Amino acid sequence: MKLELRNITKRFGTLVANDNISLTLAPGEILSLLGENGAGKSTLMNVLYGLLQPDEGQILIDDKEVKFSGPGEAMAAGIGMVHQHFMLIPVFTVAENVVLGHEPTGKVGNLDLEAARKLVKEISDRFGFDIDPDAKIEDLPVGAQQRVEIIKSLARDARILVLDEPTAVLTPQETDELMEIMRGLKANGTSIIFITHKLREVQKVADRIIVIRQGKVVSEASPKATAGELASLMVGREVDLDTKKKAPKIGPETLVVKDLTVLDDRNQQMVNGISFSVHDGEILAIAGVQGNGQTELAEAILGLRKIHSGSIEVAGQDLTKSNVRQVLEAGVGYIPEDRKKDGLVGQFSIAENLMLDGSFGKPFAKGVQIDFAKRDEIAEKLIEEFDIRTPSKDTLAKQLSGGNQQKVVVAREMSRDLKVLIASQPTRGVDVGSIEFIHEQIVAARDAGKTVVIISTELDEVLALADRIAVMYRGRIVGIVDAKTTREKLGKMMAGIAA
Amino acid sequence: MRKKKEAEVTKPAQDKATSVLHEIMAGDPVRIALSVLLGFIIGAIFMVVFDKNVVKAWADFGADPNYALSTVWWTISDGYGALFRGSILNFNGDEFATIIRPFTETLRFAAPLIMAGLGVALTFRVGLFNIGATGQILVGLAGATFVSTRLEMPIIIHMLASVFAAVLCAMLWGMIVGILKARTGAHEVIVTIMLNYVALSLFTYLLRQPNLLLEEGGGGTPKSDRPDGTARLGLLFGPEFQLHYGLIFAILAVVFYWWLMEKSTFGFRFRMVGHNPSAARAAGIKVENTFVWALAISAGFSGLAAANQGLSVDGGLTTSIEAGIGFDAITVALLGGSRAGGVVMAGLLFGAFKAGSSTMQVAGVSPEVLGVVKALIVLFIAAPPIIRAFYRLPVPGPKVFESAQKAKAAKVIK
Repeated sequence: MKLELRNITKRFGTLVANDNISLTLAPGEILSLLGENGAGKSTLMNVLYGLLQPDEGQILIDDKEVKFSGPGEAMAAGIGMVHQHFMLIPVFTVAENVVLGHEPTGKVGNLDLEAARKLVKEISDRFGFDIDPDAKIEDLPVGAQQRVEIIKSLARDARILVLDEPTAVLTPQETDELMEIMRGLKANGTSIIFITHKLREVQKVADRIIVIRQGKVVSEASPKATAGELASLMVGREVDLDTKKKAPKIGPETLVVKDLTVLDDRNQQMVNGISFSVHDGEILAIAGVQGNGQTELAEAILGLRKIHSGSIEVAGQDLTKSNVRQVLEAGVGYIPEDRKKDGLVGQFSIAENLMLDGSFGKPFAKGVQIDFAKRDEIAEKLIEEFDIRTPSKDTLAKQLSGGNQQKVVVAREMSRDLKVLIASQPTRGVDVGSIEFIHEQIVAARDAGKTVVIISTELDEVLALADRIAVMYRGRIVGIVDAKTTREKLGKMMAGIAA
Repeated sequence: MRKKKEAEVTKPAQDKATSVLHEIMAGDPVRIALSVLLGFIIGAIFMVVFDKNVVKAWADFGADPNYALSTVWWTISDGYGALFRGSILNFNGDEFATIIRPFTETLRFAAPLIMAGLGVALTFRVGLFNIGATGQILVGLAGATFVSTRLEMPIIIHMLASVFAAVLCAMLWGMIVGILKARTGAHEVIVTIMLNYVALSLFTYLLRQPNLLLEEGGGGTPKSDRPDGTARLGLLFGPEFQLHYGLIFAILAVVFYWWLMEKSTFGFRFRMVGHNPSAARAAGIKVENTFVWALAISAGFSGLAAANQGLSVDGGLTTSIEAGIGFDAITVALLGGSRAGGVVMAGLLFGAFKAGSSTMQVAGVSPEVLGVVKALIVLFIAAPPIIRAFYRLPVPGPKVFESAQKAKAAKVIK
């Protein structure tokens, strides 16, 4: 099946999200859509999938114009989409999830689960997915859940598969498996549109690359292009992918975590008796696939989550039983992994967000009253210093782009009197320009003798920043290795295989 | 963005519910004004459709179309004109006092609505839906009545002590809600509803106790003595007007609320918790304690409204003294967008309804129309899409760069 998008334009008010985009997809081709967050990739795919109606332009399948008023019609036309966040019901089995919405029925309208099982088995065998139709979704690893999503599309005879940032949640090994699956699908004549911002993956699997920037197709690149070339195309200027770092000047041990065990909200052990220590002037990166206890570890250090057993010490001060405010006052800065949820108040202005944790005393408060003059002065200074691109300090945080929102969080946390900085996914959903800036700031903090802990699922980020790398798997530290460790080895460790 | 798999399935529905709730509690001024206008328009339709003269004139429309149309106009202008005369200025009066008396009546009715409305507004801004003002007022009344009828003190001091007792009792009552929510996670809506029932029965019980609140020589009727002269809220402008010192307390409450929410660090933390409790927690704020304090202070405002009611009457008190203020306070807070200025405006509007209803009755329009108008206003505010559909307003969205796309996409997915 051949797909063509012709001159697609989609506007939201004055914002042109897609500006006259044209592309073609041949049968059995893997086309990679490369672009930064907010470049318009998702909008384009939502247009293709019938979730949005284009203002101008046409969609052609096998040279015939089609119009989709909803995903149902797109699916019927043979387009399948695997979203970044899976649309699966955790307590249902694979078979039940796959047939949800178009269930095969028996004579009296009863659900024919046997047919559903057969369908899953058949597709799974054909492509070597190795999926048990009767497994519950919640018991499957993330990589397998993603395969279920793909089966869902294939079960509806999708000839074109859209994968939206499919590798964000996968280990390097699972990513390799996904690449294999993509090649298998391709050999079978299925076309794939692969949306990503990870250059390495694009180079590996794509037949063609289309780079989108600010809603426009800026160029078509060959998979042979170097990562640097692709990054420059994405951003529109020369990008330096390597963070410059001097050799660390290691100081005394400041953050000491001993035999720490932490439970999650359902009383499951998420952190399993781990110990590590970090020195002043050093960046320890905690690598690992999402959901292996990193979140709970960070929350425990900050005092957001109760510690079940073990201890946490900052500069000799025991913080095991401290609440968040005491931890912050002990000199811990925290960049949360989900800035919209834990780092910012969207309805507050930038100036208010910059004083979020400063309402208890100087410099932001005089007694029980906010010192507005001081607050505004500090806001102006930090906006300048941290290059926050905003019309004014009174702009609401929710109106900023992801990168600038993150800069607000970074500015607030780094402007305090810091001893230890805990940064969880510091550049998630942030544009390349801001990534460079935030990385520089983190390295600057380390060079200023702060203790820095980075928690990241992106190996590129870990390798760019770390002085030492701790890999977490199922709540334990598989090993702490130095920063020169190879990707392959780290990948194995992320899957739980000790070095 | 980090999302837990488990949350994935239910997320869109929750998002919609919370966003509507936030939209309602935030209160966009234009939408509120349009809701009020639409309420009045529909109220006018009610007056016209159920007026005998209009119906008759329209039955023989052909005979005299002009007359038929003018009856419509006269009915509406008579009805709302009476409301105006009863609540703002009475031009039929022959001396200054008579002309402006309606407005002072509006102020008198508005004062307790504003005080209790501020209380409810405060909890809205902390993200709590507190509908317990009724119970808090009743408990406040118990406190005020005990001090004002059973204790003897010098003038003014007695009054202040009674007001203080009302505020304190109400605050303690409100605190129960906060503590239950903080400790057990009980939902404040259920707790406040139940505590309203408890408070009503408790107040009645206390009114029956001869050694507590029951009037001297009283029998089976739960009724108190009238408050001592020393404890009463005095008249502000002499015997020609009924307006009393409650108004001063209302003005002080408004100023305090504005300072608290907009200028103080407490208000900053209240608002932070209201908008994003998890960010507040990460910023070192004890969210549960904030709930307890917010509910206590909120109830304090209701206690002030209780004092206004309990210390301004000529006779003894019964439970009817609460006069639906606790319930109207929710409406006032919604209508006022939970802002100090908005609550004042909304309180004045509802005060005017109360003040003007008797004049309307005299003019031959049933004052229940106002009840319909009131209820419709709330209905429109509570269902923003109705107002948007009626006036063809655009859907509000984050008018932003990147997130505009996602918001749109999310809307469509829904």
